[in-house]
Amino acid sequence: MDTLANLAMGFSIAITPFTLMLAVIGCFVGTIIGALPGLGPSNGVALLIPISFSMGLDAISALVLLTSVYYGAMYGGRISSILLNIPGDEPAMMTTLDGYPMARQGMAAEALVVSGVASFVGALLATIGLMIFAPYLARVAYQFGPAEYFALYVLAFCTLGGIGSSNQAKAAMAAAIGLGIAMIGMDKTTGMPRFTFGELHLMDGVDFLVAIVGLFAVAEVFHFIESHGKDSAIGVKLGKILVPWRMLRQTSGAMLRGTGIGFVAGVLPGAGASLGSFLAYMAEKSVAKDKHSFGKGNPKGVAAPEAGNNAAAGGALVPMLTLGVPGSGTTAVLLALLLTLNITPGPLLFTERPEVVWSLIASLLIANVVLLLMNVPMVKVFVKILSVPAWVLLPGVTMIAFVGIYSLTGSSFDMLMMVGFGVLGYVMRKLDMPTVPVILGILLGNAMEDNLRRAMVLSNGDWWYLLSSPIAVGLWIAAILGFVAPIFLRRLLKKPALPATDPTLNED
Amino acid sequence: MKNWTRAAAAALMMSVAVPATAAECIAPANPGGGWDFTCRQIGRLMTELGIVPNMVQVTNLAGAGGGVAFTQVVSKRSSDPEVFVAASSATTTRLAQNAFAGATADQVRWVGSIGGDPGVIVVAKDSPYQNLTDLIEAVKADPSSVAFAGGSAVGGFDHLKVLMMLDKAGFEDMRAVKYIGLDGGADAITQTVGGFAHAMTGDLSEITGFIKSGDVRPIAVLSEERVAGFEDVPTAKEQGVDTVAMNWRGIYVPKDISDADYQKWVDTLKQVGESEQWQAVMEENGLEPYMILGDDFQTFVDANIAEIQEVSREIGLLQ
Repeated sequence: MDTLANLAMGFSIAITPFTLMLAVIGCFVGTIIGALPGLGPSNGVALLIPISFSMGLDAISALVLLTSVYYGAMYGGRISSILLNIPGDEPAMMTTLDGYPMARQGMAAEALVVSGVASFVGALLATIGLMIFAPYLARVAYQFGPAEYFALYVLAFCTLGGIGSSNQAKAAMAAAIGLGIAMIGMDKTTGMPRFTFGELHLMDGVDFLVAIVGLFAVAEVFHFIESHGKDSAIGVKLGKILVPWRMLRQTSGAMLRGTGIGFVAGVLPGAGASLGSFLAYMAEKSVAKDKHSFGKGNPKGVAAPEAGNNAAAGGALVPMLTLGVPGSGTTAVLLALLLTLNITPGPLLFTERPEVVWSLIASLLIANVVLLLMNVPMVKVFVKILSVPAWVLLPGVTMIAFVGIYSLTGSSFDMLMMVGFGVLGYVMRKLDMPTVPVILGILLGNAMEDNLRRAMVLSNGDWWYLLSSPIAVGLWIAAILGFVAPIFLRRLLKKPALPATDPTLNED
Repeated sequence: MKNWTRAAAAALMMSVAVPATAAECIAPANPGGGWDFTCRQIGRLMTELGIVPNMVQVTNLAGAGGGVAFTQVVSKRSSDPEVFVAASSATTTRLAQNAFAGATADQVRWVGSIGGDPGVIVVAKDSPYQNLTDLIEAVKADPSSVAFAGGSAVGGFDHLKVLMMLDKAGFEDMRAVKYIGLDGGADAITQTVGGFAHAMTGDLSEITGFIKSGDVRPIAVLSEERVAGFEDVPTAKEQGVDTVAMNWRGIYVPKDISDADYQKWVDTLKQVGESEQWQAVMEENGLEPYMILGDDFQTFVDANIAEIQEVSREIGLLQ
């Protein structure tokens, strides 16, 4: 009952016509920012912090505005994933795998609606989870040390092979490239720069947004130029726009499972939204009966990662509020916002500043409802983008990509690097290698290495330390199963799948 | 299409800096961190106190732990009298370790520091170590039995605090000290409370919530005197280890500006630092008064760098 009374208090603070207006604006701006390649939730929120200050907003209004942008961007990331095969931000990457094939089969609207509803379910349940369990969940973070995190990342890598359904070796190769790129930058365990060649811009490593925009958006442009737009990804078929109730019902299980996995990944400060959506996708694929259709436009492959990444966004608020540990780039920015508002997240926040916590939770719920209401009818608007000729759309996307990447650090170096990744993406496409594992390698490689090295420091080099807790052992068993099981199961499955983007394919 | 163009225009407006006609503060990191905080607070107070007529433009120039901003100021803006850059202990640490691609501290002019975040050593509440002496004795007896966690990489300021302290306590074998670097102080606390590391080294402001909740026990604060609000936490000095490690917040300006312009920045910083508003900001953010200005600050930076270089050589970070 306490929870409900607190929530009522939160709503009484957070709901005013002015804050509702801010929520609508925030959701809209957030959705656009999320959809633009190169601009993700973290820079969206970062860009708006100074604006909210110059508008002279009080703490609660600023929180409402920025959480709306945060959730909006998490919703928006899927739009360009589905329509253009260019993820708007890193957690939306997994959505390209099935969302884009769906769009090519004329089911763009269905994919958008399913993923929108999945986002809503994920975010809503995660917010409720945050509300009820936050004080208890804070303790979970204490159970995860370097050995446990390392095992978690191994689990993610062991299931990687399943991504490129056509050729496992190519997926492994791509992941290895990503791991190699992750090694660039300053090594935390020795304080020494690696592979930077004296270039200061490489000291912090390669930003994965640069890699994503290069590998997806810029590579698409190169491909477009080569084919004179004939075989371009842009220009998918338009279908009728109806709410696909049957599809929603079919994918409800996927949404719930994705939410659970995503929320747990979000709660662990070292994991985050990208890992959440990745694991949600891989888990859904492994429990599904129609495995072979994943990667070719299976709605479950859209629902699971979207529910996963939005649930992770909600979950990430748990360690941020209760421990002051940001679980992702975006929560890091939100944390900074709270600090500037003189609110220090930490173990005492829930008891000392309940009005802040509960109005934040109330504003998350408001943002969610606004986003659902805004997104489903707006599907029509988004799908219209596809009727814009590619020769107009693509230069626009390219320009936005450059502006977005420039805004990351304000240096032209990142833009050159982005073009470099574009070339890599183009070559990989020619070799029919999946690019998603490259990003995962970059994204997870660093954290995996850091945790392994920390574990080795703590144990004085004793490898058995990695198996020293029940959680770690459990994760290792899951990892080994995830790696071995597909090898045996493959015989039971049908013939090798066709390439993911085969336009003649039209199943489900 | 309309949405895309409109958003593109918005993105342009938000991300591209307006050409600065007035004072500009460069924060060498993304919005949200300590340097961004320094820029925004000093900038705001400069306007509020009427030192400058307009808003101070804050430019975020992230990269290489401040190295990108430093080299840019040195190479491109070395005579711009309107620009100042936020700095902290991390800046001098990296300069000392030659991590800015050969740039050195004498390529800019150091204006001053207007506040500091005292270093602190904490242990989990059920830790066997009751005070700093216990902890140091344990390291001396067997360095592999005590793991420190901190929010900076190896060789960063959090790591150096431990090393400088052990150095003063007469411990020689710096390389044997176990340290794991995490992504920020809160992460390091989590690992310490979870029992993975045995002690945590960080700044006081990032730990206050955990100290108040009782999850961790502070055993030493690395300041000259006990800190207001934490009177029961003894300093390292009281426990026989004469180490002061303040994460100071200050600014530097380009090298080739005139002495008059330099003096103007020193006066500005003094005025901001002495204002009531700044005292309030410090109190709200867990900062301690730590004002060193002008020539004194130049001397402080040189001494600071020399000390860091000595410790860095001992752990092999610097040849």
